[in-house]
Amino acid sequence: MNSVFAIAGLVVKELQRRKDFYVLFVLTALLTVLLGSVSFFNAENIARYLKDICLLLIWVSSLVIAVTTTARQLPAERENRTIFPLLAKPVTRGQVIAGKFLGCWLACGIALLVFYLFFTVISASREHVWHLVPTLKAVWMHWMLLGVLVAMVLFGSVVFTAPSSNTTICFIVIVGILGIGRHLHRVALDQPEPVSTMLSVIYFLIPHVEWFYLPDFLVNDQNIAPWTDCLMASLYGVAYMAAFLIAAWMRFRRQMLSV
Amino acid sequence: MENVVQLKNLRVEYRGRGSQPAKLAVNNLSLAVHAGEVFGFLGPNGAGKTTTMNVLLGFVNATGGEARLFGVNVRDPIARQRIGYLPELTYYYKFLTAEEILRFYAKIFGLTQSESNKRIEALLKLVELTEAAKRPIKSYSKGMQQRVGLAQALINNPDLLILDEPTSGLDPLGRMKVRQLIQRLKNEGKTILFSSHELGEVETVCDRVAIVDKGELKVEGRVTDLVAQYQCDLEKIFLNVVGYQPESRS
Ligand SMILES: Nc1ncnc2c1ncn2[C@@H]1O[C@H](COP(=O)(O)OP(=O)(O)O)[C@@H](O)[C@H]1O
Ligand SMILES: [Mg+2]
Repeated sequence: MNSVFAIAGLVVKELQRRKDFYVLFVLTALLTVLLGSVSFFNAENIARYLKDICLLLIWVSSLVIAVTTTARQLPAERENRTIFPLLAKPVTRGQVIAGKFLGCWLACGIALLVFYLFFTVISASREHVWHLVPTLKAVWMHWMLLGVLVAMVLFGSVVFTAPSSNTTICFIVIVGILGIGRHLHRVALDQPEPVSTMLSVIYFLIPHVEWFYLPDFLVNDQNIAPWTDCLMASLYGVAYMAAFLIAAWMRFRRQMLSV
Repeated sequence: MENVVQLKNLRVEYRGRGSQPAKLAVNNLSLAVHAGEVFGFLGPNGAGKTTTMNVLLGFVNATGGEARLFGVNVRDPIARQRIGYLPELTYYYKFLTAEEILRFYAKIFGLTQSESNKRIEALLKLVELTEAAKRPIKSYSKGMQQRVGLAQALINNPDLLILDEPTSGLDPLGRMKVRQLIQRLKNEGKTILFSSHELGEVETVCDRVAIVDKGELKVEGRVTDLVAQYQCDLEKIFLNVVGYQPESRS
């Protein structure tokens, strides 16, 4: 366990010392403020519009942070050859995978807290009310979603050795799931066999990350998803994380590491 | 007494990729390193030295034969509890300082805070990085990076050190310091296995040597015995073994 936490700590420290996160945060903040200061609508609509923009930017930034941070972990260890002194210690490859996952997921969590804090400040400045519980639920679900993505990207990085191809493929897969994946079962109904069955199988296999996307509730002031739904979705997410991590471990376990 | 390192008929074949044919990097290699000795693992570039060490550390799987550390199969992580390893050319985490890197590795060994403080201070002094300890690694020279590598290899006070070309790329002063360090560690009773193709330094610090070429063991023995047997210095033996013919008399 020591090793897992030590490796995770290293990932968090790296994010903290690199500039990407700060750049994304400042960009998100600037864009939100900038777009918010242009008032085309009446006072009520602008609050919604502002929140919408801010959440969209948070969504995109968190995705970028999760994917880019995770995708470079193992390839950088191999390229700089630090994987060798690391694995020469009494560390198993499973611990390396677990540590990297935990580190990236925690780093995403910290980034999310910062982003949503900013969101809360922005929306409170307009509405003078605090939606504490819905926001916390949204952060939690968002974090679960990023966990699934981090595990998926980590798996990708032991399969595709070139970090850039991994990043590209992961972005395509994520956009694919969000854009097409959730409609696949309906598309499947209109297709002839065997395409129909294939599409249905794909629909049931892909992680449905869209289920974790709660910002709509934050913007529309609706009563947010019930606790039980959040719990079920979390379990669903954890199952996917476990599946991806086990796959990554199986693949990494017997891999030859020489240059 | 049990051998610290034991290789029996080790064979490593790299699978070919695409048009590249498969490559036999180590062929039927048997070796033993005894406790407390400095063992020089010699051979020209591409002889299979790094590959053999990679098998010992579990990075590469042997195609055949057996490799043991302290009597434990190298695939078992326990085998790595008592060893320190200095890899060839490593670019340590650039965003950390030397002190932070050592602290990271100390955590992996589960050292307590006070143990690791003591250990890190002593190691930084040993490799002469105390002054630079709080600077990020990216500002270090090559020699300094190599010394970070030596310090991390010693963090767990290992009984066996595996050093892959510890002096390559260093200037003469740096080389001498590494030699002195090896001597000092030997005096502390550590077993050291190091690879090299610099023969002068090997002769002065090694008890025994093995010379490999094209993955095969050519010569093995005590330095003094070999010199007596072949009636020439190590360099001549080496050149002879790897098939280098001096200019023929015409
Ligand atoms: N990953 C690899 N794939 C294919 N061949 C390799 C690989 N690594 C090393 N080799 C080959 O194996 C041989 C031994 O290499 P190596 O052990 O690095 O030699 P040394 O450390 O003695 O210079 C060389 O011919 C090298 O080209
Ligand atoms: Mg080598």
